[in-house]
Amino acid sequence: MTLSLPNQGGLSLIPYLMAGHPDLATTREIGRKLVNTGIAALELGIPYSDPLADGPVIQRAGQRALDAGATTEACLEVAADIAAERAAPVLLMTYVNPVLAYGPQRFARDAAQAGVAGVIIPDVPVEESAGIARTMTVAGLETVFLVAPTSPDDRIAAACAASTGFVYCVTVTGITGSRSALPTDVNALLAKVRTHTDLPVAAGFGISSAEQVSLLRGHADAAIVGSAIVNELDAGRDPGPLVRELLSACK
Amino acid sequence: MSERTRFGRFGGQYVPETLMAALDELQTAWLELREDNGFLDELRARQATFIGRPTPLYHAERLTEHFGGATIHFKREDLCHTGAHKLNNALGQAVLARRMGKKRIIAETGAGQHGVATATVCARFGLPCTVYMGAEDMRRQEVNVRRMRMLGAEVRPVSSGTATLKDATSEAIRDWVTNVRDTHYIIGSVVGPAPYPEMVRELQRVIGDEARHQYLASENTLPDTVVACVGGGSNSIGMFAGFVDDPSVELVGVEAGGLGVETGQHAAATVGGQAGVLHGSFSYILQDQFGQVLPTHSIAAGLDYPGVGPEHAMLAELGRASYVAVNDDEAVAAFKLCTRLEGIMPALETSHAIHHVGELAREMGPGARILLCFSGRGDKDMHTIESVSPTDMPVIGGPQ
Repeated sequence: MTLSLPNQGGLSLIPYLMAGHPDLATTREIGRKLVNTGIAALELGIPYSDPLADGPVIQRAGQRALDAGATTEACLEVAADIAAERAAPVLLMTYVNPVLAYGPQRFARDAAQAGVAGVIIPDVPVEESAGIARTMTVAGLETVFLVAPTSPDDRIAAACAASTGFVYCVTVTGITGSRSALPTDVNALLAKVRTHTDLPVAAGFGISSAEQVSLLRGHADAAIVGSAIVNELDAGRDPGPLVRELLSACK
Repeated sequence: MSERTRFGRFGGQYVPETLMAALDELQTAWLELREDNGFLDELRARQATFIGRPTPLYHAERLTEHFGGATIHFKREDLCHTGAHKLNNALGQAVLARRMGKKRIIAETGAGQHGVATATVCARFGLPCTVYMGAEDMRRQEVNVRRMRMLGAEVRPVSSGTATLKDATSEAIRDWVTNVRDTHYIIGSVVGPAPYPEMVRELQRVIGDEARHQYLASENTLPDTVVACVGGGSNSIGMFAGFVDDPSVELVGVEAGGLGVETGQHAAATVGGQAGVLHGSFSYILQDQFGQVLPTHSIAAGLDYPGVGPEHAMLAELGRASYVAVNDDEAVAAFKLCTRLEGIMPALETSHAIHHVGELAREMGPGARILLCFSGRGDKDMHTIESVSPTDMPVIGGPQ
């Protein structure tokens, strides 16, 4: 299923789940439900032992997933089951070392066969991306690059040029995880990114509440919410109600 | 910039986008400053009066006699202020950070020697300092934790993963991602994203440059073999840098074999690892078939790291340096031997290399020459040694 976010026509939602947290069966079940709620895409994390871009919530979820046996193969199977719903595209988010260990070509082929739409690898900046991005593109996968509040114009331009599908705009100088308030210059950053690309622009990192999502209306094309959803699962709750609340804040 | 970020196929910059601008800034500042006479003069003056450089070259006569083989010399980095080679790098990076206008310093530490070195330079320059340290390492290296706190640093325990150096490094990088605008991260070894591996080597090459000059002056020749311990690999790369262009000099890195490489309980990334990415660079790392970084084991907290600097990976692949693993019990025996025979208590990290020097000395025989980078002193390891060997040590050593 191809990735097509509404571009400058409204705000959509991309929730994140860590595959295998708390276990693979739960991820499969929750993922299948979530893609049918009207979300723009589902971001599915493949756990890694040393996630440098992630905060404590997602790091802990990744460790729990690894302890429960969430291998790359098993995560790709879960991705395939969720993608089979054909309700919303599935994106994989993981770090470069699990991809290298699996074999980039094999990873790209298996992800494409699983029906995955694209990949996000946050520790592969544009400079290091040539080989891996080409491999993903050849397999038909979108490659989404990140821009950060610290990225100067030339880096924003390079990330926009290398991205397909959409551009991932990191809203905070920091790691993933809930913040009580988003920085005041988020919308300025989003506007700057738009001057470099016609692709949709999604905002992520630090977004956890309906109120924060509603502030992005008219500025971002999608809001990505991760740690807040993982927190619900940590507390043994169904993240469905939170996702519905976030969805209504998009409108 | 890509040419300078790699050592052969190793190295690179695998970090979140938020850090990329800071790495560019650091690279630019470093390349300017390393050619800047004012910076180099300041560094040399501080090395002389604050670190105590040059450190001596020492003829280990009784160990030479004990092994009955090659002549053994130590390059005495244990005599650096704070007790190890780590201050060479911490001082250089602190001077650099000050010139870059950074207001805060963070660091990771395993054995605590790099943490103490960083806390020391931060005290000297009045910079706030946060050191990440694995909770397990804080227990093992309690004296160094107290030293860091005495120097005014905040020591933050890291309990994730194996609660050792790997996890402390990950946590320090996450702090840097969050506070990158005003914070400089003083990485303690030749690991991490470019420009760190090259920059830390250049700040540590003072060891090898001094040692080469001193060895030629006192022995009128070069050593046949240069030996150093390798965790991330900063004392060894600094030592090797002085000799890497001398084809007659064999370079040997000694990694932590833990309970034995065959047991899987070790920290020998070059000897027993595969190529992969950890903490921002592509090098040899200990990982499972899925690319998850494996827990490590070493009695020496400073070697207890599942990766190795990318330049070591290149030297190993080229065959320019060779790498071996020495086990915990062999390192403990070498600690005791050196302490009793030379009156110099080596760090447990250094003790790994001393064990291998003994083996090499016997093998190479009289007339051959070995130079060891004596990377640090062993006071910090008293508790560990006593816990594995609580009784009186046997009387060892030759006549005298």
